Amino acid sequence: MAATDGFAGSGADFRTRLQNWLPKIVLAPSFAIMVIFVYGFIAFTIYLSFTDSRMLPSFGWVGWDNYDRLFRIREWNVAIKNLAIFASLYIVISTIIGLLLAIFLDQKIRGEGVLRPIFLYPMALSFIVTGTAWKWFLDPGIGIENTMHLWGFENFSFDWIKDREMAIYTVVIAAVWQSSGFVMAMFLAGLRGIDNEILKAAQMDGASNFQLYRRIILPQLRPAFLSAFVILSHLAIKSYDLVIALTGGGPGNATALPATFMYSYTFTRNQMGIGASSAVIMLMTIAAIMIPYLYAELKEKK
Amino acid sequence: MAAASTENAVRSSNAARVFVYLFLLLFALFYLLPFLIMLLNSLKPLEEITGGGMIALPRQWTIEPWLSAWSTAQIGVQPTGLRPYFMNSIMMAVPAVVMSTVVGALNGYVLTKWRFRGDTLIFGLLLFSCFIPFQIVLIPMARILGILQIAGTTPGLILVHFVYGIGFTTLYFRNYYAAFPTELVRAAQIDGAGFFQIFWRIMLPSSGPIIAVSFIWQFTNIWNDFLFGASFASGDAAPMTVALNNLVNSSTGVREYNVHFAGAIMAAAPTLLVYIVAGRYFVRGLMAGSVKG
Repeated sequence: MAATDGFAGSGADFRTRLQNWLPKIVLAPSFAIMVIFVYGFIAFTIYLSFTDSRMLPSFGWVGWDNYDRLFRIREWNVAIKNLAIFASLYIVISTIIGLLLAIFLDQKIRGEGVLRPIFLYPMALSFIVTGTAWKWFLDPGIGIENTMHLWGFENFSFDWIKDREMAIYTVVIAAVWQSSGFVMAMFLAGLRGIDNEILKAAQMDGASNFQLYRRIILPQLRPAFLSAFVILSHLAIKSYDLVIALTGGGPGNATALPATFMYSYTFTRNQMGIGASSAVIMLMTIAAIMIPYLYAELKEKK
Repeated sequence: MAAASTENAVRSSNAARVFVYLFLLLFALFYLLPFLIMLLNSLKPLEEITGGGMIALPRQWTIEPWLSAWSTAQIGVQPTGLRPYFMNSIMMAVPAVVMSTVVGALNGYVLTKWRFRGDTLIFGLLLFSCFIPFQIVLIPMARILGILQIAGTTPGLILVHFVYGIGFTTLYFRNYYAAFPTELVRAAQIDGAGFFQIFWRIMLPSSGPIIAVSFIWQFTNIWNDFLFGASFASGDAAPMTVALNNLVNSSTGVREYNVHFAGAIMAAAPTLLVYIVAGRYFVRGLMAGSVKG
């Protein structure tokens, strides 16, 4: 930008040129770090996914073998299925709860200043803390089931966390607890941005509350819906800590997710090639969601 | 209440308002209960949990579980309690937070006030790096840390968190500085101020809020990280989250639920404290993290 004063005297010349280069020099280390630690590493992992690496990286080319084998491993297919169940329920339930809480909080609620931080605080916790807490609440031996028995409801049963079929839903419960308040905050910001005059005008025209929300408010929240979807799906695909702390991937591998699969195949089962290929699949899934979104966001800003 | 609602265009009947309040209170309970139960059960003797259920108040209050979790509980092999790991997390988080914030501030400054051809592409690449699943970098990172001989150490974790924190901090500062009047920068330039002078004298003094956002959000992310900690720093250098998970899942002996809960609250305390003290900035960071500045 400031490149126009290049005709200054030779004494000032060096200084000017330095000033022109400084911004790029300052940005350069970050650029280098990014090129190496992000994109270089991605390239390396993609490369490894085509090799016969086991315990250590090795460079024998095996083509698509790892991907072939990956999709024939039962645990990977369980992980994919679990991710589909987990991600869709997590996104849908968090969005519904977040939207309802935001709409209700937006009704000039007394004590909003107290309620809002209560809804949002789980987001400040580590998934390991959340997982530890829910692990014992959901444990039939000491948690909710035991408490209900002590209260006299002898037939009450809630042992999903020990049940191969149902365990994945306990992950959904804990994850929704953690992040639905965050979705609420996003929708609330969206709601507060809507012009009240438009709503008043619509009301003068005789629109009911329901119509007001359906026809005017919800459509205006589209950006918030989109952001919530992108952030939640990205969190879901990356989910690792919560499962480790809550179920350890079990019972058996009933709650395995791609992230836990990748870790166990790479670092404990010494199948690095397979592990790398599963990481590549995860990256591709996230990229398919994030890149169009980021592209649109950046273009919009210009 | 009816008077207050005249401000809002959406009006509702009294019955509807009662329902709204009930709904909100129910969910407040849903979010609060787990933490209260953890707290109550961390102050009970173990027999009261196994024999008396989780919801009941302690009949005999005790801080024994807290003392045990802090200094004597078995983590892995050693009966050290969580204290050394708590310190590990602090030694890891503080430098990584400061470093990534400083670099993010400079990057944001360059990307908004010293624009050049291709800067949007660089920003796009940085931005995408915030959202990659870290599984994709675990294998090469393990190699690099090994080569640098900082595998399994706190400096190694500092490097990792610094590297993968730059994207987010740059995002915060870029969005913040984008709204800062560029005319002021140009005017200072005409007066002969250099690149760093402008940053130091003009940008930085007005950057308080975004520095707070960056500190808080980076601290929360780094403190709460588990994947990098578990991959690159097992053993003595493990951070708090990894140690907590080891404490809870070590299968030897009796499961001391009260100690687990006390440990979980300890692991949650720093980020929770930050949230309580500076919740406003926390929410702002959350929003900036969803790209909308």
